[in-house]
Amino acid sequence: MATTTTTVPSAGPVVGSRSFLSRLREGDEIARIITFLFAASVVLITVLLVFELWRGSALPRHKFGFNFFRTSVWDPIFDQFGALPFIYGTLVTAAVALILAVPLGIGAAIFLAELAPARVSDTLEFFIDLLAAVPSVIYGLLGVFIIVPLMRSYIQPALKGTLGFLPLFKGPAYGVGFLTAGIVLAIMVIPYIISVSREVLLSVPRDQREAALSLGATRWESTWKVVVPFARGGIFGSIFLALARALGETMAVTMVIGNTPTISASLFSPGYSIAAVIANEFTEATGDLYLQSLIELGLVLFILTFILNGLARLLIVATSQRGGGMGNT
Amino acid sequence: MKRIAGMLVVVLALAGILWADSALSITGAGATFPYPMYSKWFDEYHKKNTNIEINYQSIGSGGGIKQVTEGTVDFGASDGPMNDDQLKAFQDKHGFGILHFPTVLGADVPAYNIPGITVELNFTQDAISGIFLGKITKWNDPAIAGPNKGVRLPADDIVVVHRSDGSGTTYIWTDYLSKISDEWKNKVGKGTSVNWPVGLGGKGNEGVAGTIKNTPDSFGYVELIYAIQNKMPYGLVKNSSGAFIKADLASVTAAAAGAAKNMPDDFRVSITDAPGKTAYPISSFTWLLVPAKFSEAAKRDALKGFVKWMLSDGQNYTEALSYAKLPKEVVAKELKALNNVQ
Repeated sequence: MATTTTTVPSAGPVVGSRSFLSRLREGDEIARIITFLFAASVVLITVLLVFELWRGSALPRHKFGFNFFRTSVWDPIFDQFGALPFIYGTLVTAAVALILAVPLGIGAAIFLAELAPARVSDTLEFFIDLLAAVPSVIYGLLGVFIIVPLMRSYIQPALKGTLGFLPLFKGPAYGVGFLTAGIVLAIMVIPYIISVSREVLLSVPRDQREAALSLGATRWESTWKVVVPFARGGIFGSIFLALARALGETMAVTMVIGNTPTISASLFSPGYSIAAVIANEFTEATGDLYLQSLIELGLVLFILTFILNGLARLLIVATSQRGGGMGNT
Repeated sequence: MKRIAGMLVVVLALAGILWADSALSITGAGATFPYPMYSKWFDEYHKKNTNIEINYQSIGSGGGIKQVTEGTVDFGASDGPMNDDQLKAFQDKHGFGILHFPTVLGADVPAYNIPGITVELNFTQDAISGIFLGKITKWNDPAIAGPNKGVRLPADDIVVVHRSDGSGTTYIWTDYLSKISDEWKNKVGKGTSVNWPVGLGGKGNEGVAGTIKNTPDSFGYVELIYAIQNKMPYGLVKNSSGAFIKADLASVTAAAAGAAKNMPDDFRVSITDAPGKTAYPISSFTWLLVPAKFSEAAKRDALKGFVKWMLSDGQNYTEALSYAKLPKEVVAKELKALNNVQ
């Protein structure tokens, strides 16, 4: 998993005593070069991607500069482009998704890895992997036909009735909007969190559990205080993966978010995300400034993902220094 | 491993031979709205002329204009005519112009979902523009209720639904709104996507239709073919002669016939709000974009042959797919214009 930090011992010194040619003949060196090239291609693709996005968005970068991030009018007819509502929508929907999916996903993973009988755990894992492979348009349809009507008729009126004093739950209930998009995203990312977290929890060495139990800990205490902290790094990894998917999800979001560039404190309000507007408007974008503004949105999404991933990594470093967990997978 | 590699080489070589031996291949790209029609036409034409194969990628009108301008395809297709800047860009790059050929007609219909109301509503120009500008917000507004005497319209808020993806359907709708409302023209304008004053966005005709179906008191627009094929109810629209017209293939063709008298030679004409007693006002052509000069005579002749066939026999295939066909006047004019392709 690319998102977990693992230090691989360098292969160099171990084979250092033999000559380059003999290593070449035995295949070690060839394997090393080839795998290095594969690893380097990841960096190369990233660099090329940024370069292309940067080059392709020259016009709006010069014309709007920093205002691109600050203004909220998106008008292809009068050539005014501001990304703020899209950035806002992307962040809000991803946040809602993670707030819902993280406790659910990790809870389920703990049950499957620690508490459930192995047979139940393996059977459920099969279904979870199946869910992770469902195309996002299917989740979108599920959203449109089931979640949106449910939201409009039951959930939103109920939230309004109980928590309506909060600015989060105000305004007309259309069914579509930030909250619905966040819920659909949560459903989509939960399988990732469960699947990866379960694997990580299962790989925690047996003696860790036994040591805790022998000290008189209950089963839950050993799970919650020993196993989960031990696996923390990997669990964070699963959350990054979920975050990345939530930020970049296109099809399912555009089907339930309402596709209206608005910034509103209410989660009931229709909104728009970066990925959704690119998918919606790219094919019919005529005019260079319009097209390049969409490309700049792609660059913004890239930067956003980069920053959030960086912050999350810092969070791991900070927590693993404070706590005792060795956060390795 | 070696055997697989060997087989791969043989297969590739065979594919190469077949490729080199294949028929004259013409490529086009553009609008998605007429794609079902075009693919039927290209298929039928290939059956009659097995040596000619036309490949069409429905990547959207914007992409079609871009690709034909860059010369990566032999012809383009668009739901909106190219504007003067785009024509100039083509002329500057190639040294010759590009011609528009109308192929079939499309139309947008107003669709709505008001609980308890099953009759077909009548919409005036002011009602449609008022709703989309966000000035008419209740269903029982006099502008809507006026021409719908006897229908008990509720005092509920109207939920406006529009397309979120760039599309020819939106182009037709906003082109119509720009013609009937100066405020719309100055504030919003026309295009494949615009800065909507109000409303929710649905992706594709199915997205808009789904949102309307799911949302009480909603109002939006969908492509006529989509409405016909999915048996969606839709309203009537008042045309420039003052009659309320229901969109169907005949009333859309009538709009084209009404506009045919004043058809410019380059066919770049909008037929929304067209004159004619039976003309449906929210109609439009969709166009093939054909460069005026070809370097390969074989390609030129093949494409001209296709356009000629499309304008005559090809038009017989349109109604089975729910596209409105071109009026005779326009066909005659196009056949004449075809001579300008050299």
